[in-house]
Amino acid sequence: MALGIGGPPLRRKGKPLRATSPLPCAAPCPYLAAMIPLPPALADWFAAQGWTLHPHQRQMLDLAASPACLLIAPTGGGKTLAGFLPTLAELGAAPAPGLHTLYISPLKALTADIRRNLRRPVEGAGLAIRVEDRTGDTTFTQRRRQRADPPHIWLTTPESLALLLSYDDAPRIFAGLRRVIVDEIHALAESKRGDQLMLSLARLATLAPGLRRIGLSATVEDPPALARFLAPDCRILQADPGPDPDISMLETEAAPPWAGGGGRYAIPAILDQVRAHRTTLIFHNTRAQAEIFFHDLWLQNTDNLAIAIHHGSLAREQRDRVEAAMTAGQLRAIVCTGTLDLGIDWGDVDLVIQVGAPKNVKRLVQRIGRANHRYNAPSKALLVPANRFEVVECHAAFDAVRAHTLDGDPRGPGPRDVLCQHILATAAAGPFDAGALYAEVTTAGPYATLTRPDFDACLDFVATGGYALRAYDRWQRLMLRGGQWTLRDPRAAAVIRQNLGTIVDTETLKVRLKGRMGTPLGEIEEAFAASLTPGDTFLIGGQVVRYEGLREMTVEVTRQPGRDPKVAVFSGTKFATSTLLTQRIMGIFAKKTWPELPPHTARWLALQREVSQLPQADRLLVETFPYEGREHLCLYGFAGRNAQQTLGLLLTKRMEDAGLAPLGFVATDYATLIWGLEPVTDVAPLLDAANLRDWLEGWLAGNAVMKRSFRGVATIAGLIERSHQGRRKSGRQATFSSDILYDTLQKYDPTHLLLAITREEAMRGLVDFGRIEEMLARVQGRIDLIALLRVSPLAAPLLLEHGRVPVAGAGQERLLAEAAERLLAAAGLA
Amino acid sequence: MSGYGFSLAGQALVALPSGALHWPAQGLLCVSDLHFGKSDRLARRGGALLPPYETRATLARLDADLEATAARQVICLGDSFDDLDAADRLEDSDALWLTRLMAGRDWTWIAGNHDPGPLALGGSLRAEVRLQTLTFRHIADLGTTGEVSGHYHPKARLAGQARPCFLLDDTRLILPAYGAYTGGLRSDDAVLTTLMGPKALAVLTGRRALALPMPR
Repeated sequence: MALGIGGPPLRRKGKPLRATSPLPCAAPCPYLAAMIPLPPALADWFAAQGWTLHPHQRQMLDLAASPACLLIAPTGGGKTLAGFLPTLAELGAAPAPGLHTLYISPLKALTADIRRNLRRPVEGAGLAIRVEDRTGDTTFTQRRRQRADPPHIWLTTPESLALLLSYDDAPRIFAGLRRVIVDEIHALAESKRGDQLMLSLARLATLAPGLRRIGLSATVEDPPALARFLAPDCRILQADPGPDPDISMLETEAAPPWAGGGGRYAIPAILDQVRAHRTTLIFHNTRAQAEIFFHDLWLQNTDNLAIAIHHGSLAREQRDRVEAAMTAGQLRAIVCTGTLDLGIDWGDVDLVIQVGAPKNVKRLVQRIGRANHRYNAPSKALLVPANRFEVVECHAAFDAVRAHTLDGDPRGPGPRDVLCQHILATAAAGPFDAGALYAEVTTAGPYATLTRPDFDACLDFVATGGYALRAYDRWQRLMLRGGQWTLRDPRAAAVIRQNLGTIVDTETLKVRLKGRMGTPLGEIEEAFAASLTPGDTFLIGGQVVRYEGLREMTVEVTRQPGRDPKVAVFSGTKFATSTLLTQRIMGIFAKKTWPELPPHTARWLALQREVSQLPQADRLLVETFPYEGREHLCLYGFAGRNAQQTLGLLLTKRMEDAGLAPLGFVATDYATLIWGLEPVTDVAPLLDAANLRDWLEGWLAGNAVMKRSFRGVATIAGLIERSHQGRRKSGRQATFSSDILYDTLQKYDPTHLLLAITREEAMRGLVDFGRIEEMLARVQGRIDLIALLRVSPLAAPLLLEHGRVPVAGAGQERLLAEAAERLLAAAGLA
Repeated sequence: MSGYGFSLAGQALVALPSGALHWPAQGLLCVSDLHFGKSDRLARRGGALLPPYETRATLARLDADLEATAARQVICLGDSFDDLDAADRLEDSDALWLTRLMAGRDWTWIAGNHDPGPLALGGSLRAEVRLQTLTFRHIADLGTTGEVSGHYHPKARLAGQARPCFLLDDTRLILPAYGAYTGGLRSDDAVLTTLMGPKALAVLTGRRALALPMPR
């Protein structure tokens, strides 16, 4: 059967071509003549399965010789196999030993999944190709064996690759490497993990000249930028995007609540949907919400539908069980978080439910793609707004998906803390020449514009700490010997390896059932564990457990079914709503009526317009009102959570200086609510654009957000060591807080490299000052200050929001003093 | 400065928000666990290259406390230097600063577990000091009353904030670590709950010294 490039994909009737149902190609395939032929045994095996290639899969074979290629295909487009085809073709039936292809995915689970999927055709066709994975979970013995005798196809993660490259035998291991495949590169490119990976690829290219690169990506807004990220000269291959998704809002009997997340109100309707579909993925934005939702779901799951939970805080054993059950088709639904955003194949998912507003259209589109994991069939998705405001947000997201607009903020150049770590890891592998390393680093996409002075500053930091106070010889981690930089103490290499990686987690503790060899249940944040007293109950893995005590840094619990849990607080990523989405929300506000919205939401908006006004794109609405004895100010900046948070910090600082005695604030994606003792009568001076930036400069230095960014930067750059479970002694902290280092540097060495990196990162990320300036530019001083006698409909949900931030200042000290006095009095000690 | 005044073994004392103890009647200031030279020791051992400024940060606070209290007598309760080498390796400017603070003051170094030997910096080196009804030593000893010690770097938590703190009961006082780069031991650790009586207070450091029942 002959097929032209670009023709319709051929596949067996009813059997989609996708990652779990490996490849392709009924033999004889005439078009194969034009490219590298697949090994006959493999082609026969494909033929026996009745599979043919998608056009983009064929093109990947055509492009096998090109130095770099980025394939952009929707979920279900068989892109992972497209990436492997050239390798399978080149290896043939009986390849010589030696590493040929390195496959890198952002998830450990994904490498295991790919190994299973790849083994089927390899073993089915009787090919002598060795496929193995290597992740943090690989046993010590196996790792050692792999380094001595690597497989043909090695599946790994960016962190494991960085680790491999930090050993002195890396040149030998990778010398024969022919190809590297980066899967889900769109996800990696959004974080420092991607920057680290590109530095590792630059290293690999030096060790293995002629190395070819393949990047596999879901739909993204700017393919050329992603191609530049992957390689200097990179082809882009776009697969047919497939039909539009079938997306709608879940209809529920109960109206969504005013505030909060979780979507508990929608559980009956969600259960109906689960019943009506084969397999449903239920996405949540945070782990904590997924846990709570899962618990509540089971309380109402009277039919005992097989529903499981999957997120990154669960123990590996737990996740493995869920993944196995899912692959075996035993589950009707799975409650999950971003861990499942990436391409693990779950079999026959026919519905995706997103609980909570998606915050970002691109991510929504990628999640929706998980349903009907088959090419050229529309994906089916339902959105469940978690609260009244999210109803509007979900509608804005629909409109954007229908209009095919994707959002995404371009990333700046590669962060220098990652470079510092890379330099350190390079030194762990052996002596290096600074000029050669600089040249190599600038071949990595994110570091293409790195200047030599910037590189040298990073090298200086790694070598000596880079302090203005020049210390002595002993203050050196690297020394220059015979023109080459080398570790002063080779034993330091072990510590450097332990600290590799760019994911800086909050400190967590393992949770186990009490008893000898108690079952591991997962991990909780150390701060949350510290707040527990024996007898407290919390949720983990969907079960309610009772806190029994802390033993050797492990939280011991017992099962406690049927009790009301104290809620577990996981570090769920909080995404800020994208600029694109907020613009669309403003668009909805601007309408006269809202027939497309549910009546409860339309009434809410109409009431807001009646008593105050609805926020408009080119104006800034600020409301003031008294509530429970405090003066409140609500500022609808629609600048995203981080920027609204910064605005809260900045404004409360200004208000404190002005004697308005602010006590605290809370920020959401669309507004900041501030409360205090004095009413605000003139808001314009507080928001003067020029002054705002000056205040920011002065205020930023001592700020908690900066300290949080600093902790990550200092950990990645190698200033502070990660604490390892085994090394931590109970009670006595081996280390002190990074805040102290930050304060010290700020005071005695304010131009230090790590402070510069921290600042840069905070301005882009947590501080997000760019969006504040964008908002002020949009508004141009057109501020509507509306003094109300009571809370407005739009502000009411904010009073119920979590995440209230007390103002650190005289007010807080007063509150602490009051609290201490109350405690003393209660204890009879006053 | 808003310190917390209390009495121990009949002596009127003030816990300063900085973490120093002031005994006005004696013109005495007592600080514990200065850990001068910590970053230097770590660097020497091939560990992290921490900002080498903790000594001057600690000196700056000590200077301010001495100025404010006009103390003529100083007791450093041990672990003043992160190890013996640290004393020799002080930056010249830091050593000068310390010498200036010591000049004209009755200065006592009490031996700690990190720095047990003699010092070349002047002042007297003692295992412990008895002054009227009080005993100053590095590590608390269960049998003593009127004891002032350090060593444990106690910390306590109030309204979600952990801060270094003094621990105080009828018989003893434990000082927080005064040094800039020091970790802490939470007051609910078994070692501390065993040492301290049931009615013990924690006095938090910070902008003001805040007393509360010792969290346990």
